[in-house]
Amino acid sequence: MGNQAMNKSDLILLGAFVLVVLFAPQLFAPIGAGYPDLLQKFAIYGIFALGFNILFGLTGYLSFGHAAFLGVGSYSAVWCFKLLSMNPLPALVFAILFGGLFAAAIGFISLRRTGIYFSILTLAFAQMSYNLAYSVLTPITNGETGLQLAQSDPRLIDMMFGRDYGAVLPPSDLFGIEMTGYSGYYFCAVLLIVCFFLSLRIFRSPFGLMLRGLKSNQNRMAYTGLNIRPYALSAFIISGMYAGLAGGLLAITDPLAGAERMQWTASGEVVLMTILGGAGTLLGPVIGATFIKYFENIFSAFNDGILNQVFDFLPDTAREIMVSISSLFVGEGWNLTLGALFMLIVIFLPGGLIEGVKRIRTSVGKLFRGGGGDGKSPKSAPAE
Amino acid sequence: MSLLSVKDVNKRFGGLQALDKVNLEVEAGTVHAIIGPNGAGKSTLLNCFIGRLDPDTGSVTFDGKSLLGLPPHEINQAGVSRVFQTPEIFADLTLLRNVMLPAFAKRDGSFSLNAWPLVDRQADIRDAAMHQLEDVGLAEKAEHIAGQLSRGDKRRLELAMCLVQQPKLLLLDEPTAGMARADTNNTIDLMKKIADRGMTMVVIEHDMHVVFSLANKISVLAQGTVIVEDLPENIKGNPRVQEAYLGGAHL
Repeated sequence: MGNQAMNKSDLILLGAFVLVVLFAPQLFAPIGAGYPDLLQKFAIYGIFALGFNILFGLTGYLSFGHAAFLGVGSYSAVWCFKLLSMNPLPALVFAILFGGLFAAAIGFISLRRTGIYFSILTLAFAQMSYNLAYSVLTPITNGETGLQLAQSDPRLIDMMFGRDYGAVLPPSDLFGIEMTGYSGYYFCAVLLIVCFFLSLRIFRSPFGLMLRGLKSNQNRMAYTGLNIRPYALSAFIISGMYAGLAGGLLAITDPLAGAERMQWTASGEVVLMTILGGAGTLLGPVIGATFIKYFENIFSAFNDGILNQVFDFLPDTAREIMVSISSLFVGEGWNLTLGALFMLIVIFLPGGLIEGVKRIRTSVGKLFRGGGGDGKSPKSAPAE
Repeated sequence: MSLLSVKDVNKRFGGLQALDKVNLEVEAGTVHAIIGPNGAGKSTLLNCFIGRLDPDTGSVTFDGKSLLGLPPHEINQAGVSRVFQTPEIFADLTLLRNVMLPAFAKRDGSFSLNAWPLVDRQADIRDAAMHQLEDVGLAEKAEHIAGQLSRGDKRRLELAMCLVQQPKLLLLDEPTAGMARADTNNTIDLMKKIADRGMTMVVIEHDMHVVFSLANKISVLAQGTVIVEDLPENIKGNPRVQEAYLGGAHL
């Protein structure tokens, strides 16, 4: 109605987000993450977690099967490459569409239950999709090998425009801009910004308020004249579309799709990202995704050689003991570190990293009580 | 013509006849109290009004339309709001949001994919909610989180959430249960204020003193049947009511 301008603190948040995303290559360079392959992962999993947060953060429905939509997005995108064009735009449209359709089907059934039963249903459906992709759906998914491009692919639209990629397997390209390196990152970055903006609008909208109401008190919702299921289902479909988009982007930056993308560990990962960053907050999921992908990258690169160097200052026996203990937590064992970290966060910072930042801010504010008038209204404090 | 009409309602749970041919007519603009000792069937009857239970036989008609078999949200959209024994509010939202949400439900219907506009820019809803909070005396707490309110204030908030929808009928299930004396009196005063504006209300109570000054008509329910229906002043001295409440002992 009338004035639809966003309030000042949201505009600042959005502006800051855009700046950080656009200058990420420079900003992340000092911690060794300023290269496009990793930044792309931050952006793609950021989108995945943002969508997941619309479901889990707002409505409280904990889905353990969102990787299914990620996988569906990837498969749709690769099929679009094979059949139509190497342009990423139609691939994204298909990825979002199929992600949404799958979410509608799975959500329709799973949302008949709430709480733990809902979670189990979504988990079951995702594992079913994973197993189907490996078995009977092999003609569509190419089973264990994964769906790949081939020279013999028809690529009808590309053909129509007389584009021939010759003997090499082409990367995806946006009207001549190849989706690799920095152009690939910036393609994902722009979509991350769009997704963040849409998520912000949903959070601040009457629809978003209804979703919060759903999390808070379903009984009151029903007796307030609101039909619960279409609200929950819409949130589920929107988050499925975000996941489809993320899956599509994975395929665009690296045109192949494998079933392991749908496995329950991948579903669990997005739950961890969202909770680690701060479920129900706007920024939390993106921060959580970045955090996990960054440390996964660092820790999984460690091996015994590097550990030996790290503990070089110790006497031999002590060094060997330290290396054998710590090697459990790095490389393949990185998940152990992640698990321990997750436990610490859930126990000591249930609101995630965002809550940690808030606590630091308030305790710093107490230290410098003299300068209390920093113009911060109490309403801007919760970083929803 | 009566706004809510209950005809020959029976409800059986196994061997227990919870409701036995209950008849009730609630006139528009009146406060109708349903009182009775514990286990008389008051809550069962209320649950039949609002779609939680379907009676075995009989009819419940509201504003010319049968309520039987309707889901709760449709009953609300038809114009019936309900206050629960334990206040049902959105505990982790602010008071203002708590009252804005029902106002949206009234304006936009039972489902609307209203995902682009901003809640804070919906001036009509915001004003209506603020006005309603003032009305129940909670305006200065509008930005507080609802879960931190006292029991009495939660009840006021819940009433504001119902009233902002301008219902045709307000159902109250033991509105003062579990409240301190002062809160009880405040809540009764607030309900009187609402009744004086012509709101049609059905109040379920087991404490008859609560409804005495409020109700225009009282139905006394005992063992699943309406044993007496009369004006408040005639109820207290009625021997059948005394028997139902006190098992035959004389006051």
